[in-house]
Amino acid sequence: MNLEDQICHQLRGIPRSGIRDFFELVQAKDDVISLGVGEPDFAAPWHIREAAIYSLEKGETSYTSNLGLLSLRKAISKYVDSYFHVSYDPAKEIIVTVGVSEALDLACRALLNPGDEVIYHEPCYVSYSPSIVMAYGVAVPVETRAEDNFALRAADVEKKITDRTRVIMLNFPTNPTGAVEPPEELEKIAKLAVERDLIVITDEIYSEIVYGEDNGIIPAKHTSIVTFPGMKERTIFLHGFSKAFAMTGFRLGYACAPHVLTEAMMKIHQYAMLCAPITSQAAAIEALENGAPMMEEMRRSYAMRRNLLLKRFEEMGIPCFEPGGAFYAFPEIGKFGLSSKDFAFRLLEEENVAVVPGTAFGKGGEGFVRCCYATAMDQLEEALNRMGRFISRL
Amino acid sequence: MDPLLKELQKDAKQTPEQLAVLLGQDAEKIADQIRELEESAVIMGYHAVVDREKAGDQGVRAMIEVRLTPERGGGFDRLAMRISKFDQVTSCYLISGGYDLAVEVEGETLREVARFVAEKLSTLEGVISTATHFQLKVYKQNGFLAQAEAEKARLSVAP
Repeated sequence: MNLEDQICHQLRGIPRSGIRDFFELVQAKDDVISLGVGEPDFAAPWHIREAAIYSLEKGETSYTSNLGLLSLRKAISKYVDSYFHVSYDPAKEIIVTVGVSEALDLACRALLNPGDEVIYHEPCYVSYSPSIVMAYGVAVPVETRAEDNFALRAADVEKKITDRTRVIMLNFPTNPTGAVEPPEELEKIAKLAVERDLIVITDEIYSEIVYGEDNGIIPAKHTSIVTFPGMKERTIFLHGFSKAFAMTGFRLGYACAPHVLTEAMMKIHQYAMLCAPITSQAAAIEALENGAPMMEEMRRSYAMRRNLLLKRFEEMGIPCFEPGGAFYAFPEIGKFGLSSKDFAFRLLEEENVAVVPGTAFGKGGEGFVRCCYATAMDQLEEALNRMGRFISRL
Repeated sequence: MDPLLKELQKDAKQTPEQLAVLLGQDAEKIADQIRELEESAVIMGYHAVVDREKAGDQGVRAMIEVRLTPERGGGFDRLAMRISKFDQVTSCYLISGGYDLAVEVEGETLREVARFVAEKLSTLEGVISTATHFQLKVYKQNGFLAQAEAEKARLSVAP
């Protein structure tokens, strides 16, 4: 039996992730300084870890409600209300998932019929297009532009809307660019969604990591599309604990949406996952109740490292827009005469520094690389020195 | 707290140039600010946080609970200042609760600390009582864990 033939057609159509190839190359080398990691360099704050330990100590090792612990959903509701100014009923409108990744998968599978189109912006997180395709949807990318600091133009979205369009998918601040969306453009996209009767899925995972005044030392005000008129009833709001609380390994996210939609997502979740791990849910309650000071401390630390990175890029003559959020910079390396892939491969080969080729995040990423500055300061400085040495040879 | 102070508290060895980059400000301005903070004694001083055990230091440290009679007008201040000025005293705090001052002292030997308490501290007029707790082991001091957490292994590349 040829096992290749046994793989379903839908999956065969999805290419292997570009990041995986690169990952294997990096793994094979010693002493690599990696700016290629998409997660905080902090361990989860101790009080959060301690809450997880305490939960285990108490013997909390059972399943929870499919939707997640009610106490956690209440805490989520309160938090989302205070930070995003939108209120969800913890009993019916919130579902706790295994990371935002699961929530995204649930949302796509709950909404899409074969051939339905989903508009999303590129460069973007690697799983959007596959999640759409695995749900038998059609992924319709809209390219964001360097000249707009990779914000999304509503007019570009409008051009892609067809009779088959069902969903607009957003992620601001964005992985890999660090882009934020200006509220006035967000409002236009919201209006489009209402006029054309579309659902919006918004991935808010980096929403707390935003840089405002005093070179980002003060947090910026974040606006979610869900807050615009007519949006709450057509938005699936996705969020989680991985980035702002440095809890990636806890694998915990959530979706907030009108009851009909959470109920549909819940149908898949209950059969495919049953519930999110109870230990992670206990940790998440602690994060929401007492995590704000540590979260701000981590955000501020990213802000300072962002400033360092941007300054050094400027000195080296690497053009890079000022990312308004997340912990990524997306410098433009086109002028050095190498493709993104060649740049990243040679930088790895010659200087042992890993950055991710922009093309791993979509075609529009050509000419750029993603640098994650959630890396220890001395490592970051050394990586930048090596990068400087590398480009001086190009 | 002021971001500059916060950074200096974390690592006072950072130069004005380094701090300027991190905070997105001008290095000269940062240097001026630091000078002002030093002159106005907002920054009281700088020192290395030393793991004495690793350094092979045989000295002893103790925390002494001191009960005082407050004075009319000045409360505990005069006496507390007087106690603080002894070289053996490394810190001194007025605190709430069952006693008044938490006094940290250090000395070369146990006998030296004991003598300080018996001869200098207890004999001060206004000191009602003392209770001396000798430090046995350090787990964390000045924000640093004596045993740092192991470096965590992140994936080298992740989406």
